[in-house]
Amino acid sequence: MEVPEQEKLVNTLKEKYEDEILHIETPYNFLTIVLRKEKIIEIIKFLYDHPDTKFQYLTSLAAVHYPDLKQIVVVYQLHNLVNNHRVRLKISLSEENAVTQTLTPVFAAANWMERETYDFYGVIFEGHPNLQRILNVEEMTIFPMRKEYPLEDQTREDKNDSMFGRNLEQNAK
Amino acid sequence: MLNDSLIEQYQEPAEKQYSYLNLGLTHPATHGIFQNVLKMDGEVIVDSVPTIGYIHRAFEKLAERRPYNQITPITDRMNYCSAPINNIGWHMTVEKLLGTEIPKRVQYLRVIIMELARITDHLICNAVIGVDTGALTGFVYMFQQRELVYEIYEEICGARLTTNVGRIGGFERDFSPKAWEKINKFLKEFPVILQEFDDLLSRNRIFMDRTIGVGGITGERALNYSFSGPNLRAAGVDYDVRVATPYSSYEDFDFSIPVGTNGDTYDRFMVRQEEMRQSLSIIKQAIDKLPAGPFHAEVPEFYLPPKEAVYNEMEALIYHFKIVMGETDVPKGEVYHCVEGGNGELGFYLISDGGRTPFRLQLRRPCFIYYQAYPEMIKGSMLSDAILTMSSMNVIAGELDA
Repeated sequence: MEVPEQEKLVNTLKEKYEDEILHIETPYNFLTIVLRKEKIIEIIKFLYDHPDTKFQYLTSLAAVHYPDLKQIVVVYQLHNLVNNHRVRLKISLSEENAVTQTLTPVFAAANWMERETYDFYGVIFEGHPNLQRILNVEEMTIFPMRKEYPLEDQTREDKNDSMFGRNLEQNAK
Repeated sequence: MLNDSLIEQYQEPAEKQYSYLNLGLTHPATHGIFQNVLKMDGEVIVDSVPTIGYIHRAFEKLAERRPYNQITPITDRMNYCSAPINNIGWHMTVEKLLGTEIPKRVQYLRVIIMELARITDHLICNAVIGVDTGALTGFVYMFQQRELVYEIYEEICGARLTTNVGRIGGFERDFSPKAWEKINKFLKEFPVILQEFDDLLSRNRIFMDRTIGVGGITGERALNYSFSGPNLRAAGVDYDVRVATPYSSYEDFDFSIPVGTNGDTYDRFMVRQEEMRQSLSIIKQAIDKLPAGPFHAEVPEFYLPPKEAVYNEMEALIYHFKIVMGETDVPKGEVYHCVEGGNGELGFYLISDGGRTPFRLQLRRPCFIYYQAYPEMIKGSMLSDAILTMSSMNVIAGELDA
């Protein structure tokens, strides 16, 4: 996606949702827009319907946990297959109260993607038809992809990485 | 003989009775470990609930603990029918993050491997569609050809199924003369077998009756369900990552994208058949145009130095140690890279915080995304059609469950 096209898209979005945009960046030439969380579904719907944007393909939906900020960021990647434009939308939710609206009325594909995000990060998508765990067992009580759950047993003593300049705290990450 | 009293005795049930059937966990027709609970009215499926996750191995969590070069073997185990595409997709994601310039020769060699992998992937899928319709013969023919490709892999990287092919920056070694010999042998033998397989099935009346109009999906629904790959193209949408966002020099080759019209099992079969022919043509073009040059890029921080150098040069020894111990840092950044996998858009969404391991790696697994349309696609069809629909969607349990 070229720079003028990115600017055009941002302007289209700014016309209606200027206040919702928090930050815009283009890492590796991929337009990324950080938005306020309240109107995210409305904005995706707007980008879906608007004749200039027509982002009608949901590439992926993911969450990222930032323990330092105590935030869970939900990342939507949309694709306009006609013009081959891609955009990444981000909203951040608080760790304790990770609740947002569901995208299922717009994209049927969001169903399992949201279930997976719930399963691993505990993000609750309000209005989802069947928000249950999908890959993990139902009995699980934690959300395993959150950073507070280290991959390895922390009581292990046989694996000391301090000689590589890494302390145990870093290991836990 | 019916008599009147029997008819009088018979009463319509007050409520319609449904029967419930477990398709899976390990039913041979599911070709993997996943379960479907079917609600059935006679032999007609009224509703179904898929359950997945039985072989979930927490790849995304594992990736947060591993250095970049150690993540490649994880990707093998997603779509194990076309592991090289996953490996190379991952290498390219890291190279994009590092901003590495890849030599043209490496890109062409990668194209050859990836197209061979696509052929094996489609070949198994189509052979299995044949098996599920009751035609076992074609399957045996096709499996012999897969063996030839696996021998090529073996010659290039030493492994067969979970290939772990290449390195970040290129290949571990150049293709040997024996590998070229095997590739040429395959290119000569495979088209004949493919044609024979095609003659066996694609205009076969029984096969056509079993597959046409079975498990269809419209282009609109397929897009709404974020289908990709042959399943999307069978529904009539010509989206292919190789053309939309060319990677690894795909723009240098001349090939066409087959599309279907109905999105049914027959269209999916035919799209895969044609894609195999296109892949063959791409491989031939790549061999013809293959430029000379190095088989890897100069990325000493990621590409293992040759063993003689490790023993004789200090610099190489240091890099060797750093790579093996996973001590090389990468720039901070956020990249999304996607390749056309056997099943569709295989995406890697990588966030790096500058440390030795990714901060977050999300794997866009095409199978996981399109399999959720399965209940909708089999609603109202027969049980035997449901099995065909599943095999023609090419649902790979490893990719589904990550």
